Amino acid sequence: MVLGIFVGLLLLVGLVFNCLGVASMYRFPDVYTRMHGATKCTTFGTLFTIFGLLLYSFVRFIAVEGESRFMVLFIHVFIAGVVLMISNPTGAHALARAAHRSKTLPEPALVDVLEEKERHKGGIAA
Amino acid sequence: MNMSQYLFAGVAFLMAFLIVMLAGRLLSGPTTPDRLVVLDTINTLVSGIMLLLSAVYDSVVMVDIAIVYMALSFVSTLYFARHLEGGM
Amino acid sequence: MFVFVVSFCTYLLLSWSGKLSVQEVTIAFSLAAVISFVTSSSSRSGFWSMRGLSPFRWWNFVRYVFGPFAVGLAQANLDVAKRLITGDINPGIVKFNPRLKTDMGRMMLANSITLTPGTLTVDIDDDGVFYIHVLSLRSENPSEEDICGPFGQWARRILE
Repeated sequence: MVLGIFVGLLLLVGLVFNCLGVASMYRFPDVYTRMHGATKCTTFGTLFTIFGLLLYSFVRFIAVEGESRFMVLFIHVFIAGVVLMISNPTGAHALARAAHRSKTLPEPALVDVLEEKERHKGGIAA
Repeated sequence: MNMSQYLFAGVAFLMAFLIVMLAGRLLSGPTTPDRLVVLDTINTLVSGIMLLLSAVYDSVVMVDIAIVYMALSFVSTLYFARHLEGGM
Repeated sequence: MFVFVVSFCTYLLLSWSGKLSVQEVTIAFSLAAVISFVTSSSSRSGFWSMRGLSPFRWWNFVRYVFGPFAVGLAQANLDVAKRLITGDINPGIVKFNPRLKTDMGRMMLANSITLTPGTLTVDIDDDGVFYIHVLSLRSENPSEEDICGPFGQWARRILE
């Protein structure tokens, strides 16, 4: 029962941040700002659901003595969290670079140093 | 099933609902990178759902599938990004 | 050696189920050997280099992940939530040079920047210059402190 309350709190935080990630897809004006919301909020939200799973499996392992099934679950979920933390921001970085190279420029932007640099380079080549 | 497992099942259902909510941006995204960002978000949410369902059904194999899904979705994101740049 | 140890441990952790058999260790050893030989051609330091295994680096890395990085991650999400509700954004792409030489250090700093308040790495060119999309820009030439706080120094301390 107490375990359920703590796991529920962690899952609630995760769900709220996932909702923020989805809301940012509709609220922000262009690709790059949307990417901010999508990457940060969904990574953080899924990380919190992973924390809930880790707490659940650890407490079940302590409570059910001599059952290694929950320890295996703990280790595997931990590795899944590490993979998530590495792959998600790297994928977002690749998408941002591809978006900029395919001439999808940031729509409201104060400065765009990268675009200036590419235009300068193209000017020399031409 | 105990209380935590019911919670996991409920949160997995709500996350599936979030994926349905993303369909609007997926259909109306003005540019291709917009749709790819939605795809990336959907991949993260799907792997989260897989992790939650593994606790609901008490099967560790689903976590392995989630890890492989994460790795493959990462590779597919990189591939789409390269395709968009004009590399492939 | 770094790749060897990491893949060996990962295989053993994934295949462990209550007890450890000799076959599993043998398979883990051969797989890790194959993976590290295949990837050793793309790494700058040689196959037997022990640089990535020093315990001080790993201790610093753990302190970094649970200290400033966790705080930055939480701040970033609250920041995005605030901007989502109020809607005041002021985006732009700026550049800065963290003077990192190794690829691993660049990757770690880029991932840290992406997951921390208001910044997203767009491109890294060959000289190690980072091009960063900032959600709320204060000036056109921000200092390193504005963009990534203490992360640049941490990356230099852990991976250089």
